[in-house]
Amino acid sequence: MIGPYYKPQMTSMLSITHRITGLGLSLGAILLVVWLSCLAAGPDCYALIAPHLAAWYGKLVIFAFTWSLLYHFCNGIRHLMWDLGKGLDMPTAEKTGYAVIFASLGLTAGVFVLTLV
Amino acid sequence: MAQFTLPKNSTIDKAAGKTFKSPGAKKPRSFKIYRYDPDTGANPRVDTYEVDMAACGPMVLDALIKIKNEVDPTLTFRRSCREGICGSCAMNIDGTNTLACIKGCDEVSGDVAIYPLPHMPVIKDLVPDMTHFYAQLASIEPWLKTDTPAPTRERLQSEDDRAKIDGLYECILCACCSTSCPSYWWNSDRYLGPAILLQAYRWLIDSRDEATGERLDALEDPFKLYRCHTIMNCTKTCPKGLNPAKAIAETKKMMVERTV
Repeated sequence: MIGPYYKPQMTSMLSITHRITGLGLSLGAILLVVWLSCLAAGPDCYALIAPHLAAWYGKLVIFAFTWSLLYHFCNGIRHLMWDLGKGLDMPTAEKTGYAVIFASLGLTAGVFVLTLV
Repeated sequence: MAQFTLPKNSTIDKAAGKTFKSPGAKKPRSFKIYRYDPDTGANPRVDTYEVDMAACGPMVLDALIKIKNEVDPTLTFRRSCREGICGSCAMNIDGTNTLACIKGCDEVSGDVAIYPLPHMPVIKDLVPDMTHFYAQLASIEPWLKTDTPAPTRERLQSEDDRAKIDGLYECILCACCSTSCPSYWWNSDRYLGPAILLQAYRWLIDSRDEATGERLDALEDPFKLYRCHTIMNCTKTCPKGLNPAKAIAETKKMMVERTV
């Protein structure tokens, strides 16, 4: 018999998100290589992927990749701070957690606004 | 290996749960309690007990004792001091681990769900098997180790050095933190978990202990210490308000500092 149940905590949810975004970045890196390879291979090859990048699902993937990158970046800074032994008390950890959520979303929005302008 | 689903014999049989009503209760409150009886070998179930809070103490443990005394004497749980110093009544209440004796029923909204500590083998009802946890504690040799000859009186310590073990010596080894840790759920065979690592740090930082190097050697292992990924569920749940995550981070720092 194994005891069954634990309520999702903000602490553990941010942690698992860090892992999932890390996985997403690994997969996204492959797409990045595909994109760069097509770019290097010339206009004919690039024309093969360009419509996919412009389609809604392509934009969704780019959006998810951008957010994953920025979330992983922001939370990575939080982890570096923890590795220095700082900010490990619960009130600070929760504040920095919210800061990471808002900063990653804000920066993602910022990137998209900049590319659209 | 990480287990994301419960084994078949550990899933809750929803149909088997019984309900114990409390007719005429002035302030009825439902307690949904995990039940597992090793004698029948049947899957665990969740029984519902209605308790009259008008005739019951304020803490979750008061309700459990009332249920055991007045409704269902087969309900099994550990308890002793009923004031948060022994750690016996550690259990999962309303989805997080805490001590039943210092968790007020009014801190929970709706029905009070009570389960044993997560991902521990269950002996009966709310009683988990702590054998492995205690063996892990023994493995870090939680006692003062010295090479120098014993002085004729106490080993003295400055006030500053004594202050370093504040927030560590208070740990009552209730296992709330370890069993809230996803890393510990999935790697408890080799990962020591937050409670034991906090104990390890308590001896690492003690100025009187002379085995710091050996203690760090013993922890230098991909699993024992480094399965901590600073998830922080431990600190979040500690009923004594201690900070195992900080103790582990400081241990990791000591590991680095001795090599550079």
